[in-house]
Amino acid sequence: MDPETSQRIEVVVERLQHLPGALLPMLHAIQDDLGYVPPEAVAQLAKALNLSRAEVHGVVTFYHHFRTEPPARHVLQICRAEACQSMGAERVATQVRERLGVDFHESTADGAVTLEPVYCLGQCACAPAAMLDGEVHGRLTAERLEALLATLKVSP
Amino acid sequence: MSVRVFVPRDSSALAVGAEAVALAIAAEAAKRGEGITLVRNGSRGLLWLEPLVEVETAAGRIGYGPVAATDVAGLFDAGFLRGGAHGLCIGKVDDHPYLVKQERLCFARVGVTDPLSFDEYRQNGGWRGLENAIAMKPSEAVAGVIDSGLRGRGGAAFPAGIKWKTVLETAADRKYVVCNADEGDSGTFSDRMTMEGDPFVLIEGMTIAGIVTGATQGYIYLRSEYPHAERALLAAIDTAYDRGMLGPDVAGSGRAFDLEVRRGAGAYICGEETSLLESLEGKRGMVRFKPPVPAVSGLFGKPTVVNNVITFASIPIIFDRGFAFYKDFGMGRSRGTLPIQLTGNIRHGGLVEKAFGVTLRELLYDYGGGSASGRSIRTVQIGGPLGAYVPESQFDLPLDYEAFAAVGAMVGHGGIVVFDDTVDMAKMARYAMEFCALESCGKCTPCRIGSTRGVETIDKIIAGRDRGTDVALLESLCDTMLNGSLCALGGMTPFPVLSALKYFPEDFGLDRDRLARAA
Ligand SMILES: Cc1cc2nc3c(=O)[nH]c(=O)nc-3n(C[C@H](O)[C@H](O)[C@H](O)COP(=O)(O)O)c2cc1C
Ligand code: SF4
Ligand code: FES
Repeated sequence: MDPETSQRIEVVVERLQHLPGALLPMLHAIQDDLGYVPPEAVAQLAKALNLSRAEVHGVVTFYHHFRTEPPARHVLQICRAEACQSMGAERVATQVRERLGVDFHESTADGAVTLEPVYCLGQCACAPAAMLDGEVHGRLTAERLEALLATLKVSP
Repeated sequence: MSVRVFVPRDSSALAVGAEAVALAIAAEAAKRGEGITLVRNGSRGLLWLEPLVEVETAAGRIGYGPVAATDVAGLFDAGFLRGGAHGLCIGKVDDHPYLVKQERLCFARVGVTDPLSFDEYRQNGGWRGLENAIAMKPSEAVAGVIDSGLRGRGGAAFPAGIKWKTVLETAADRKYVVCNADEGDSGTFSDRMTMEGDPFVLIEGMTIAGIVTGATQGYIYLRSEYPHAERALLAAIDTAYDRGMLGPDVAGSGRAFDLEVRRGAGAYICGEETSLLESLEGKRGMVRFKPPVPAVSGLFGKPTVVNNVITFASIPIIFDRGFAFYKDFGMGRSRGTLPIQLTGNIRHGGLVEKAFGVTLRELLYDYGGGSASGRSIRTVQIGGPLGAYVPESQFDLPLDYEAFAAVGAMVGHGGIVVFDDTVDMAKMARYAMEFCALESCGKCTPCRIGSTRGVETIDKIIAGRDRGTDVALLESLCDTMLNGSLCALGGMTPFPVLSALKYFPEDFGLDRDRLARAA
């Protein structure tokens, strides 16, 4: 791992080490900072928290939120839960997959967008819904969705 | 004089363009030299009207919605700052039919006040419950919560006061209060609206729980999908510390209570309370065997109150207005009010807080106005992904924990997801199994393996080579999950599956009269 990444992880560790149950807050802080949890972080966190690497790895992989690969420039999450399904989430998923040319859990070749599924964003009265880089979007008609996708500047 | 203009910062309002509207209003006001004060309130819960802009006038707050940024210049032209007529005007918001018959106890301030204003919170009834709780003997306070009839709003509907009593009476050097803000059920957002629109009420409710049970540390376990709620909570907690409502000397009582927000990480199972506690301890969210219950041995092995956001948010008004006041709402053993969320394919989706006893039909048609698509409503799913699909023939059910349980349905967290007649119930049943497989913590076989087998079996039924055998297999699989799972994820996933099969057999390629013949 490059020294700078290691250094940034160390800063997180020092800042949060005093917390009871510090592992999740640390993983969040690392992902907030780097966009993902690099595999090498596992050893660093294991050492700091007196855990085995297997334990830390087990936690990272248990939670859907944590990524172990760097994401593209944008992260687009499409809600696939029931309320959104009742308003056409399947149509939204199809449109997005076709337009971006990738499936869920994949990134476009130009590194513009990572596509992820999500199960409810609490926007169920404004379905179908999506989240783009932490901002929510609701009532996604085909036109509104196309306008949103256009902002991502995916190369054809 | 500066006119107060309200543009919600609730994330549902933001999801449909409220930020652009707020910017446009500020810019237009500056351009025209109009003095306005922009307040970023929560949402009133009339979500189909979002972004709902309100203007304070001598005649009350006048609403306009749904407003797009491109409507703003026209609104100024129409004199909306003085409540002028416009095509988007809905009149006085308090008189709106969606609101007049609601019984807003938890949601009294949401959408009305500035969520982050400590003083507005106090002026509107805030902190009085905490002051009363401080003045009471803890045993009196827990007896009062039991008397109020308040049951947990997270799903299981366990009496809150009994849980508190156990924590109070379990001796320990340290106790915790944990708020379950994981709100993973599709069709629910009342926790989110509360945290974004009135965060102090949650802080006050948790602080009362701490003072009453002797717990000194609180955690809010918040799902990672709610960044807006996180920002609101962090800001409100900071203010509460500054104003002496949190910290070593809560409201001058000499008693300590600290509060921290912890973020979940996208695991539905972490809404289950023991899995949540494991996660808070920094581990994988594996469900624990019970007993011991968390009230005896919870977070880090200490006595812990675990309650849902709405349970805590109901506490301040109970301590302010009295235990009997709250108990007077409701029916049977379901006391008080429930914030109901009307979602999915519904014309007037939003938040309706009513006393228990309101019927589904009233909610779906009087409040909801029927489906969004204009087609007929075929079924609703209530209580999240583990809740049964309820057919039209049961729409006269009153909202009541026991009445729902009697027909195999669940009130849960009060989310109602509406489907019109285009829904394919075999697909929905398949999804229920798929979701269970995706979110299973893996501790028990019926859930971990059974759900995957369930998906395969439903696929076979849909393919239709040997439906009779496959349906029998699915039913026996559901039986195993119902009886052999450690928690409700595996134990209740059969409810949506079996209700879909029972009420909508034709969607599985089965004879419509299957039900009649089986009876
Ligand atoms: C799979 C599963 C998911 C759950 N998700 C939630 C949730 O998101 N929010 C919640 O408050 N309770 C949830 N619960 C219920 C909790 O286990 C627990 O009953 C609740 O936090 C207790 O608080 P209450 O008594 O105030 O409802 C879930 C239960 C199960 C089995
Ligand atoms: S039923 Fe499923 S989620 Fe619940 S404990 Fe068993 S494996 Fe875990
Ligand atoms: S189901 Fe999609 S936002 Fe809730």
